[in-house]
Amino acid sequence: MKYIDEYRDPQLAQSLAAEIRQRTTRPWVLMEICGGQTHTLMRYGIAELLPPQVELVHGPGCPVCVTPLEILDKAVAIASLPDVTFVSYGDMLRVPGSVSDLFRVKAAGGDIRIAYSPMEALKVARENPGRKVVFFAVGFETTAPANAMAVWQAKREGLRNFSILVSHVLVPPAISLLLSSPRNRVQGFIAPGHVCTVMGYTEYEELASRFHVPIVVGGFEPLDLLEAILLLVRQLEEGRAAVENQYVRSVTRQGNEAARQRMLEVFEVTGRNWRGIGPIAESGYRLRAEYADYDAERLFGVETITAPEPPECISALVLQGLKKPHDCTAFGTRCTPASPMGAPMVSSEGACAAYYQYQRHMAPANR
Amino acid sequence: MAGPLEFTCPVPLPAKDRILLGHGSGGTLSAELLRDVFLPVFRSPILNCLDDQAVVDVNGARLAFTTDSFVVKPIFFQGGDIGSLAVHGTVNDLAMGGATPLFLSAGFILEEGLAMETLRRVAASMARAAASVPVEIVTGDTKVVEKGGADGLYINTAGIGLVPEGVRLSPAHVRPGDRVLLSGYLGDHGIAILAQREGIQFETQLASDSAPLNGLVAEMLAVSKEIRCMRDPTRGGLSSTLNEIAARAAVGIEIEERAIPIREAVRGACEMLGLDPLYVANEGKLVALVAPQAAAAVLQAMQRHPLGRDAAIVGTVTASHPSLVLLRTVFGTTRIVDMLAGDQLPRIC
Amino acid sequence: MCLAVPGKIIETEDINGIRLGRVQFGDITRQAYLDFVPEAQIGDFVLVHVGFAITRIDADEAERTYRLLEQMGALQEELGGGGS
Repeated sequence: MKYIDEYRDPQLAQSLAAEIRQRTTRPWVLMEICGGQTHTLMRYGIAELLPPQVELVHGPGCPVCVTPLEILDKAVAIASLPDVTFVSYGDMLRVPGSVSDLFRVKAAGGDIRIAYSPMEALKVARENPGRKVVFFAVGFETTAPANAMAVWQAKREGLRNFSILVSHVLVPPAISLLLSSPRNRVQGFIAPGHVCTVMGYTEYEELASRFHVPIVVGGFEPLDLLEAILLLVRQLEEGRAAVENQYVRSVTRQGNEAARQRMLEVFEVTGRNWRGIGPIAESGYRLRAEYADYDAERLFGVETITAPEPPECISALVLQGLKKPHDCTAFGTRCTPASPMGAPMVSSEGACAAYYQYQRHMAPANR
Repeated sequence: MAGPLEFTCPVPLPAKDRILLGHGSGGTLSAELLRDVFLPVFRSPILNCLDDQAVVDVNGARLAFTTDSFVVKPIFFQGGDIGSLAVHGTVNDLAMGGATPLFLSAGFILEEGLAMETLRRVAASMARAAASVPVEIVTGDTKVVEKGGADGLYINTAGIGLVPEGVRLSPAHVRPGDRVLLSGYLGDHGIAILAQREGIQFETQLASDSAPLNGLVAEMLAVSKEIRCMRDPTRGGLSSTLNEIAARAAVGIEIEERAIPIREAVRGACEMLGLDPLYVANEGKLVALVAPQAAAAVLQAMQRHPLGRDAAIVGTVTASHPSLVLLRTVFGTTRIVDMLAGDQLPRIC
Repeated sequence: MCLAVPGKIIETEDINGIRLGRVQFGDITRQAYLDFVPEAQIGDFVLVHVGFAITRIDADEAERTYRLLEQMGALQEELGGGGS
């Protein structure tokens, strides 16, 4: 497949790895933000190709992982209602809320359906006028334009039985928070390529200069990530801290105007809770007042649901890259993909799940 | 809510008070169901082997006995239907034990309101499939449930076959050094079904690979007595099959990504949907674990048969990392091919 | 949420002011919304995410940068650095 296969070329992968080895003279800690990138790194065992001084830690880039408990609880509450058809991406169905998850709601009779696109949810609403259709709008900036389109279209058609439960989060505020932490160890970032396809990378320029940290916008295939790592190592070795774009075939500095326009017609920036991290100001989206009729939280009166999150697993530390999944005493024993305690174990992009699934044979033997 | 950078985490969910869809997917949830609910009460040493078929001794003859249920939706798909699937699937369970399939039963659970024409088509398809094996459907049953149950039509089958003298296939015989042979392209069935459900169109029509494997198995057994065991990678795909064998035999298995045959169309669909072909169901493929000295001969025998034309040696059994299946990627790095918990969820990230 | 797949536009149509297209990914064709890539034409490659094209793939940039990658690869081969 074009634009995929050639970015998986083993020869070039080895060459990039060799180049990285040659450039690396000191230890560096790098973080990738996007769950899709984590998945590629694990699935291809990229860490094995890197010199031991380059340490990869996996950031909070899985929207499934950072969706706060209370949103899950709201989703469960709404999905349990008899006249609701709840439509969601597959990954969200297994994420544990406070007492239940969407799979369990389905097992108890809830009408829950998996969709690959928000427009499919819209279609369900059109075809089932007697049902209240709610779409679980989770994601980073990449997915926001599509979700915005669904709501915009719903309003245009005057659909009365469609709404969305919003849990959109933004990447730059999270990076800012991580870099502000006195415990931060990350020296270079791979910025999420598809988020930047939509948003451009001007926001990252501000971060790079404020914190003096190099940031490379990276793609999702193995060669993309290896090249991004190389660019970061080069900058670090040379003492530079700029934003570079590795993913030039898809990302421009300005991003996608048309997509952002639609998105900002429907959404506005707000503060959001990030599971494992806490509240971050101006780090998410909510529906604008003109679209209040499509806000499932309002329509179903679940705004007041809150969920205390008792400390147990080290999700937060993993999501911030402060710990590796195998540092957690519950990893692989009490917490596994089959019975996850924290969201990073549920989503196949979550650092813990990816690590457990693909790389746990590499974990140090003593635990 | 704790302040920034204080860790927080959800409470683990109460376990297992209801059946979830994942319990039927052939992964660890299914295994747990067997272990926790059925095996402790049925208490049969033969059942505890958990092979695709039970081999029982009756007056000196070794009979293979198996059962299976078919709930596939849509009922009709490219390359088959629930009926032909039922016949092939049951025959294959018998064949994996080396048995010559002889007789099948067919139980039907029909939803009130099902079109008679649908039932006729399915029955005709089963008849054709049975004749082609050949195997005789000698007994059956029909029940009708009220509208809303049975998704149209469910079929349960049982099958009996005769295991030839000297044929003893079991994961227990697998040992380090054995080679892993795969009879052909992975993922055709699962993707064909999913594509039809999701309305994905292919340039070249993708069809289920549903087929009876007894002929292929017979050819293989004819050239070698050193085939340790065979399995067909249905629900849960190649991954579940190899993980089960690795666990039963307490060995490790290493497979080569480069060696695994996957059609472009299947690869493309998996890319698009965020699925891994190693976990996608197959209905006309088998995995055979063969002693190293016999592997070449068995492979050739497979490739001479129409259902094994694309057969390949995809891996090796090892004494290291027992119960773990590892994949050597095209980059030469390794990753685990893990047992899925429930159904594979399509990735959006 | 970042799974986006590159594909080639083989058809476009306008339905009630919404621009749709048939996009080909290898052997598969699927419908995608093209409203976010107004400049994309038949024959262009786009990146599709949850049913929406989010950008046109810059074929020239892709080729240019890939060639650089290959040159680096060739250099590594000469230096004997390729392969671990």
